[in-house]
Amino acid sequence: MYSYLVLRVVAKLLMPFIMLFGLYVQFHGDFGPGGGFQAGVIFAAGFILYALIFGLQNASRVLPRGILRFGIALGVLLYAGVGVYNLLVGGKYLDYNVMAQNAVHGQHLGILLVELGVGITVTSVMVMVFFTFARHRQTKGDDQDGGSRPL
Amino acid sequence: MSITVCAILRIRNLYAVVMLGSIFSVMAAAIFVILDAVDVAFTEAAVGAGISTVLALGTIALTTDREKKPSHTKILPLIMVCLTGVALIYGTLDLAHYGDPNAPVQTHVGPDYLRDAPVKTGIPNVVTSILASYRGYDTLGEVVVIFTAGIGVILLLGNWRHIGRRREDKDV
Repeated sequence: MYSYLVLRVVAKLLMPFIMLFGLYVQFHGDFGPGGGFQAGVIFAAGFILYALIFGLQNASRVLPRGILRFGIALGVLLYAGVGVYNLLVGGKYLDYNVMAQNAVHGQHLGILLVELGVGITVTSVMVMVFFTFARHRQTKGDDQDGGSRPL
Repeated sequence: MSITVCAILRIRNLYAVVMLGSIFSVMAAAIFVILDAVDVAFTEAAVGAGISTVLALGTIALTTDREKKPSHTKILPLIMVCLTGVALIYGTLDLAHYGDPNAPVQTHVGPDYLRDAPVKTGIPNVVTSILASYRGYDTLGEVVVIFTAGIGVILLLGNWRHIGRRREDKDV
């Protein structure tokens, strides 16, 4: 893939816009269409594009597997943690009203955090699934070649 | 859309099938936009046409790109599909007409959500407030489903063997 100059330049140009659009969808989901799930998928699409054009090793350097594994759990924990926090400050589970001075602020903060959790988990899972597929293929190819190139 | 489905049924080259599936998703997203369900359209376009196409291509790269000829007879599956289709079409007869103001979906909790959600949550997009606040448990469940799927793929395809081998190398 390294030789396709046009693809590399276009991908490099597109990457910041994909990330920016992902952030917009993530945090503008309160006002327009979008939300954590869609934003997560857009982020993941950006990283997968990067991995396709620049190779798996470079992409793994940008997003190491440890961070992805951490992110998969972090998103769910953030979502569930918001619920537990609500319990601790005297509300019901996932009842965001008690999170701030008044109910509307609480709802806003709660929904923002929850959507962030969804986004983190979705991004990490999608990228992780793609990386795992691609790496599995590499190792399979290595085994067939008879050598074991370190990844 | 039906042309795409027929083509998917006929073609045995799985690359073409994946691409046609992607096209089908885009058309489904267009239908959702026409029905004013922009959030759903967004998800369909991003997930159906984008990510799942890439993941399906990754799967093909791992396995094979030719669909095998079915070894058993096609009659029984055909009967099953026809029966299910007839049952589903029969079910749609009881559905309210599109845009009917007296339909249960317009008279039950829908108006309450539309009236209260922007005031109570301070968020103009009712879909977001329902998904994240009113139906917070459901969305938490969805996130856990995605989490489980990710863990499953890592457990199945993550190269534990490779890591184990590397550890053995280190020990030696």
